[in-house]
Amino acid sequence: MLWAFPPEHLKRNDPMNALTLRGRLLKFGLALAALTTSLACEAKESRPAPKAAPAPAAAPAPAMEEENADEIKIGHYASLTGSEATFGVSTDNGIKLAVAERNAAGGVKGKKIKLITYDNQGKPQESVVAVTRLIDQDKVVAVLGEVASSRSLAGAPVCQRKGVPMVTPSSTNPDVTSVGNMISRVCFIDPFQGYVGAKFARENLNLSKGATLYNRAQAYSSGLSNNFVESFKKLGGTVVSEQAYSDGDNDFSAQLTAIRAKGAEFIYIPGYYTEVVNIAKQARRLGMNVPLIGGDGWDSEELRNAGDTLNGCYFSNHYSHEDTRPEVVEFIAKYQKEYGKVPDGLAALGYDAARLLFDAMDRADSLSGKDLAAAIAATKNFPGVTGTISMDSKRNATKDAVMLEVVNGVPKYKATIKPE
Amino acid sequence: MTQFLQTLFDGVTVGCLYALIALGYTMVYGILKFINFAHSDVFALGVWMSITIAGWIGIGAAGEPVPPWYMGVLVMLLAMGVCGAVGFTVERIAYRPLRGAPRINVLITAIGVSLFLQNFGQLRWIFGAYPKAFPTLLGDQTLFSLAGVNFRLSDAAVIGTAVALMAALQYLIFRTKMGAAMRAVSFSPRNASLMGINVDLVISFTFVVGTMLAAAAGFLYGVKYGGQAKQTADSMWVMLGLKAFVAAVVGGIGNVRGAVLGGLLIGLIEWFGVAYLGSQYRDAYVFAILILVLLFRPAGVLGKATIEKV
Repeated sequence: MLWAFPPEHLKRNDPMNALTLRGRLLKFGLALAALTTSLACEAKESRPAPKAAPAPAAAPAPAMEEENADEIKIGHYASLTGSEATFGVSTDNGIKLAVAERNAAGGVKGKKIKLITYDNQGKPQESVVAVTRLIDQDKVVAVLGEVASSRSLAGAPVCQRKGVPMVTPSSTNPDVTSVGNMISRVCFIDPFQGYVGAKFARENLNLSKGATLYNRAQAYSSGLSNNFVESFKKLGGTVVSEQAYSDGDNDFSAQLTAIRAKGAEFIYIPGYYTEVVNIAKQARRLGMNVPLIGGDGWDSEELRNAGDTLNGCYFSNHYSHEDTRPEVVEFIAKYQKEYGKVPDGLAALGYDAARLLFDAMDRADSLSGKDLAAAIAATKNFPGVTGTISMDSKRNATKDAVMLEVVNGVPKYKATIKPE
Repeated sequence: MTQFLQTLFDGVTVGCLYALIALGYTMVYGILKFINFAHSDVFALGVWMSITIAGWIGIGAAGEPVPPWYMGVLVMLLAMGVCGAVGFTVERIAYRPLRGAPRINVLITAIGVSLFLQNFGQLRWIFGAYPKAFPTLLGDQTLFSLAGVNFRLSDAAVIGTAVALMAALQYLIFRTKMGAAMRAVSFSPRNASLMGINVDLVISFTFVVGTMLAAAAGFLYGVKYGGQAKQTADSMWVMLGLKAFVAAVVGGIGNVRGAVLGGLLIGLIEWFGVAYLGSQYRDAYVFAILILVLLFRPAGVLGKATIEKV
C-alpha cells in the first residue's frame, strides 16, 4: 500500500498552486470538449449520407419543432460507421433512392415521405438508442433496418413494444421476425441460406468434407453455421471441424491450423466481409488453398481489398447485378446515375424494403402501427429487384438465392438455387 | 506434428506482442502502483500512427512494391516517438495532478483517458471511424520450412524486434543510472527523493518508455497483419490490452521478467487452447489462467509475495 499514505513531497500542499493548476486544467478540458463536440457535429453533418441532423446535446432537436402534417416520417437505423460500414451506407443509399422516386411520383396518400437515418456504429446497444429516438422523438410511422441480425434483434423488441412496424431489409436470422407481429423482412432466412451453401458445395463443386469457421458473437453467423452443417450432413457430406472466433478477433491462424489438420476440402465462413478478407489472407499465408464459401455477409465493395486471395471462393446472395430482369436493369441504371457505382445486394434490399413499405402504406386503411403491420404482412407477389416477394405466415419472404463467385474481389454470377 | 509446430510458432509470435504490451503495464505498476488502463489505447495508437506515418511517407500501400526494411524501422521509430510524447502528455496532465490522491481516483482517470483516446481517434481529422488496411512494410517471403511450417520474414521480424527491445529494457533497468533510479523509486519514492532522485522525472521517463514499447508492439502488429483491415475503435484493442494485462499479472505485476514470461505463457495457452481444445472458448482459456494464478499464486509466477503491515 505505497500510496495509501502519500509521501509528503508528492502532496500538493500549496493551495494556490493546486488551484491555478486545476483551473488551467479545467479550462483546457472545457476547450477540448467544445472543440471535440463541434468537430463531431461537423463530421456527422458532412457525412455522405445526409441525415436529419441528429442534434447532439447542444443544439435543439429540430425534429421536435417541425410537426409537418404534409409529411410521413419513416426511420432507418444502420451501421454508417464501424467495421460493417458499407452495409449501412449501401442500404441507406437504396432507401434514399426509393424515397426520392416515390416523392417525385407524388408521395404516399398525397403526402411526402421524409426519411430519418441514425447511425448505430455497428453496435447492438446503439441500435436500441437509435430506434427509441426514431419512435419517441421523431415519431416515425415505420422503421427500416438493420442489416446484421444481432442489431435487428436489439432494435426489434423496441418496435414491437411501441407498436411501430419494422421491416428489416437483410437480417436473415429466423429469430428476428419471431420477436412479434410488427416485425417483417424482405429477404430469405438462414435455414434456406445454409441449405443453399451446402447444396452448392455438395452438388455444384462436388465436395464432401467441409469445415466451418463462424463468429460466435453474431446471431447471424452462428445460426447460419448451424443451418449449413445440418443441410450439408443431410446431403451426405461430413463436417470435420467447427471452429469459432469472436467480434474483434484478428488472428485466425490457430483455428485455420486446426482445420487444416483435419483435411477439410473447403471452409464455410458465414462471417462479415472485413473478417472474411482477413481470414482469407491468413489461410493463404498458411498455405491453405481450399475454396472458402460464405453467405450474404460477404457482400461489399470492400471485398476488392482481398485482391486475388478470394479467387475461387463463393457466397450466397439475394441478387446478382448481372441479372437481366427489367426490374434489376432499371434499378442498377438509376443507382449508378445517383451514386456512380454498381449497387450491392444490400442496396437492392434497402430499395425493396422501402418500396414494399410504401406499397403497404397505399393499401393500409390508416398509418397506425396495427393497420400498417397488417398491410405489410398481407403483401403478395410484390415485384422487387431481389425477386418476387410474398410474406409467409411468419412475415418472412420466400425467394431464390444466387451463388456468386469472387473474381479479383468482384462477385460474378455462378448459379441460382431455388427453395426446396 | 505440423499442427503442433505451427501452433507453437504462432503462439510465441503473439506472445512476444503480449509481452511488449505487458511490459508497459508492469513498469507503471512497479513505480506508481496503479494500473494504467489507457495502455491498450496507446497500443492501438501505435498501430494507427504506423498506418498514418507510412501513408505520409507514401509507402506500403496495397499493390505497391514492398519498401526497403529501413523505411519500416523509420516508421517504427517515428510512431514510438509520437506515442512517447502522448504518454508523457497523458502522465503530465492526467496523472501527475493526482499524485497524492487515493488510488481509485487515478484508476477512474485512467479509464477516462482510455475513453478519450478511443473517441478522439475516431474523429474524421484524426484517424476516422472506418476500417483501414495495415500497410505492407515488410516482405512476407518464407525464410525456411520445417515439417510443413513456413517461417516467414514478418514473423521473424516480430520476434527479433521484440527480443531486441526486451534486451534493451533489461539493460536500461539493471545496468544504467536511470534504471537504478527507477528501481529506487519503485522500492520507496520517499527514500528515493531523499537520496536526490527527481521522482517526477523518473515517473515521466517510465511512462514514456512504457508507451514507446506499446507503440513498437503496435507497429509489429501492423507488420504481422500487413494488408488486413481494422478500425480505430474496435473491441479488439481492448481485448488485446486486457490479455496483455493478464500476462503482466500472471508473470507477477511489477516484475519486468515476469511480464515477458507471462506474455509468452498467455500467447501459448491461447493458441494451444484454440488448436486442441476448441476455439469457442478462446478468451476463457486466458482468463481461466488468471483465476488459477490469483487463487494459487496471487503474486504471479515470478512475483514475490510482500507482507503488508496494517
